[in-house]
Amino acid sequence: MSIYYIHQDQKRCIGCYACEVHCKTKNNVPVGPRFCRIMPVGPKMVSGIPKMNFVFMPCFHCEKPWCVSACPTGAMQKRSKDGIVFVDQSLCVGCKSCITACPWGVPQWNQETGKVIKCDYCKDRVDKGLKPACVTKCTAHALKWVSAAEASALKRERFAKEIT
Amino acid sequence: MVDSIYSMCGMCAVRCPIRVEVEEGTVKWIEGNPHVPGIEGSLCAKGSAGLAFEYDSERPQHPMIRTGARGSGQWKKATWDEALDYISERLKTVAQKYGPKAIALADRGGPFTDLTKSFVKALGSPNYFDHDDTCAKNVNIACQSLFGYGRGDVGYDFANTKHIVLYGRNVFESLQVKEVNTILDAMDAGAKMTYIDVRATVTASKADKFLLIRPGTDYAFNLALIHVILKEKLYDADFCNKWVTGLAELESFVSAYTPEWAETETGIPAYDIVNLAREVSSAKPKVIFHGGWMLARYIDSFYSSRSVYVLNALMGNIETKGGLIIAKGPKDAGAKPLKSLGEGIPEVKDKIVDAEMPNKTMGTGHMVNLYKAINTGQPYPVKAFIAYRYDPIASLPDPEEQKKVLDNLDLLVSIDVNYSETGWYSDVILPEATYLERSNIISTQRGPKPGFMMRRQAVQPRYDSKPAWEIFRLILERMGAGQYFPYKGIEEIWNYQLEGTGVRIEDFNAKGLVGLAKGPILMDRNDLKFKTPSGKIEIMSQALAKNKFESLAPYVSPKKPGKGSFRLTFGRTAVHAHAQSQNNIYLNEIISENVLWINETEAKGLGIKDGDTVEVSSDGYSGRIKAKVTPFIHPEAVFMLHGFGNEIPLKTRSFKKGLRDTKFQQGLLETVDPVGGGVAYLECIVSVNKAK
Repeated sequence: MSIYYIHQDQKRCIGCYACEVHCKTKNNVPVGPRFCRIMPVGPKMVSGIPKMNFVFMPCFHCEKPWCVSACPTGAMQKRSKDGIVFVDQSLCVGCKSCITACPWGVPQWNQETGKVIKCDYCKDRVDKGLKPACVTKCTAHALKWVSAAEASALKRERFAKEIT
Repeated sequence: MVDSIYSMCGMCAVRCPIRVEVEEGTVKWIEGNPHVPGIEGSLCAKGSAGLAFEYDSERPQHPMIRTGARGSGQWKKATWDEALDYISERLKTVAQKYGPKAIALADRGGPFTDLTKSFVKALGSPNYFDHDDTCAKNVNIACQSLFGYGRGDVGYDFANTKHIVLYGRNVFESLQVKEVNTILDAMDAGAKMTYIDVRATVTASKADKFLLIRPGTDYAFNLALIHVILKEKLYDADFCNKWVTGLAELESFVSAYTPEWAETETGIPAYDIVNLAREVSSAKPKVIFHGGWMLARYIDSFYSSRSVYVLNALMGNIETKGGLIIAKGPKDAGAKPLKSLGEGIPEVKDKIVDAEMPNKTMGTGHMVNLYKAINTGQPYPVKAFIAYRYDPIASLPDPEEQKKVLDNLDLLVSIDVNYSETGWYSDVILPEATYLERSNIISTQRGPKPGFMMRRQAVQPRYDSKPAWEIFRLILERMGAGQYFPYKGIEEIWNYQLEGTGVRIEDFNAKGLVGLAKGPILMDRNDLKFKTPSGKIEIMSQALAKNKFESLAPYVSPKKPGKGSFRLTFGRTAVHAHAQSQNNIYLNEIISENVLWINETEAKGLGIKDGDTVEVSSDGYSGRIKAKVTPFIHPEAVFMLHGFGNEIPLKTRSFKKGLRDTKFQQGLLETVDPVGGGVAYLECIVSVNKAK
């Protein structure tokens, strides 16, 4: 896994889809493919409240990415310095092996170029010391750009708050 | 080279502060203004999609003059000179024949109306209107009748509150970024939220208590709540004794409105009403009853809104942390206000067209009354109408009826960044430069911490468009009133506005706004000032009495729709703004079409399954739409998102996608709340059948 993680605070997320549009405008993604998705689940009645969940699905930037192993041309790569998984557009031949391989449907098909595109955590921004677009502009500050270790701490903190 | 410009968003009427990055004349990045608390970079989907809007070609690119019949879609491309000459010649003819008062302008209201009001004044007309009849008019006038302050001047201190009660105020979808964050922060710190609505929204899913209410019965709910609060002495007696008049009348008035009675009206269990009364009381004065938005769409909304503000007063939450705080202006901060552009323009002697209409509702400047005057020529004819960044045909009820009324006009002009339904029916479309391509006049931000804010041009217009101030100047010059608007550039206007304030244009460079107060300004609670005749909170309002309206009106039970019929309710999503954004490539990608929410039990009775196409009809108009069958809507209501069903072919992505709620609201153009005058959209009953 990359050294980074995008933590989603479900309590704050309002499912407004802003992250998707922040991403698309920043990365100039055509209509169709989406690097990240908000998948709404529910509502489901829980103690009188019609609870909804909005599951945020960017790329998880796996430690052993299925997509990288499946890629026959070396277009799909993992950055050694921080583990960000990205596609080198000049090497992609559009074979879609990565689309088949990824369990979460992360690699996206760009029909304008006939190549695969995907979330690279806005690595150009990350390299400038900034955060990915989805995190930077999240409407409700529900997304946080943290290290994987910090993510579990945040999760525990939220859990403790919820039960008290 | 990256330029960073602080400005204001223009994708919806909230106008969040933004920071724009421009590279070689192209907008590359828009984010929320990082310096503003509660924003700190955040921006909604619509805000980010502003970039797609800027680089979209499906918006007006040059002035257009109609060549075919109104609404035929036949246009010729015009130069600015041609279009402005065309407009001013007709304005002159109208003014000569009927007087300048026959010219009206309406915009959506907002922080830049000093420009539009001054323009209308310079034309010599009293007829400036805004969109508030379809928005907060009932709430505004209800608030005024109690406190003497309008809705906009009574803010909510969500940050410090302990309990928030919302009536259909879907804060997390019909969203304002700063408000979202402030409320979420308060909830993180332990504040409770009670949400009352006819359907389960995202806000309902985040609430601590969700109460599904029968449509149109909010007033009954509130009367019972007041009943319990008075009976159990749960109100702030010290505050009320000192500042509230009419408590005894209120107590006797609500005596029959018990929670048990309200249960039969609202469908909300009596114990939930009693519990809410006790809960809010234990949190008082840090309680907020939101004045409501969607609450204000019924025929009795004035009184239901008023009852909300009565509840606030009973909680003693006025001008205190966690409650309702009266907005402060520059003067309250010891500063000089902006100089009005209308200052040097002679006062208009004629009265606004709805000053003395029969069956007059409270206040003037009601858009529906402008329609009445255009239609009847009474009390005097209005023959020219300019809709500036406002689309009444898409927003008021019954577009076909509106078009018939507008046919009485000699001139209809639309100034907009979008192709609007009103623009499509106009004689001339003038393309305004987008919010990223124009500067506006400086605006005053009223609130606990008043300040000035600036929208500043980030890039050159991509098409042949102009900023509003220049369009108005060019019209005034042609009308022989150029002396009232002599400004050649926006900086000249800014300097004029800032005269004597001690603030300079460059003071906006660092953050886009200039604060006038260090901290929140609160009045002394022992020396509160209400702008009512008595100087107190008037439950028995002198202003209402003067206009022969009751202060405490009996509850009237709304009609129950018959079998297969439903009350058509509408609302918003976080990704669209009214009818403006459905054609935006990225927003359209997320929601391209609306669906009809229908209660699952009702749907079953009609043989309708989730995803079926259904036929929705009302008075001869019908349309097809997909059904969303759900237990999370009241059986008497169906719901659709507002703003779909675009009929302008040039907006190809949204053309004829989904249904337009206002088309079902036939005959409702003059159906308004008899006191507040707000449009009663929700008095609309439709039938739903499975499509054959």
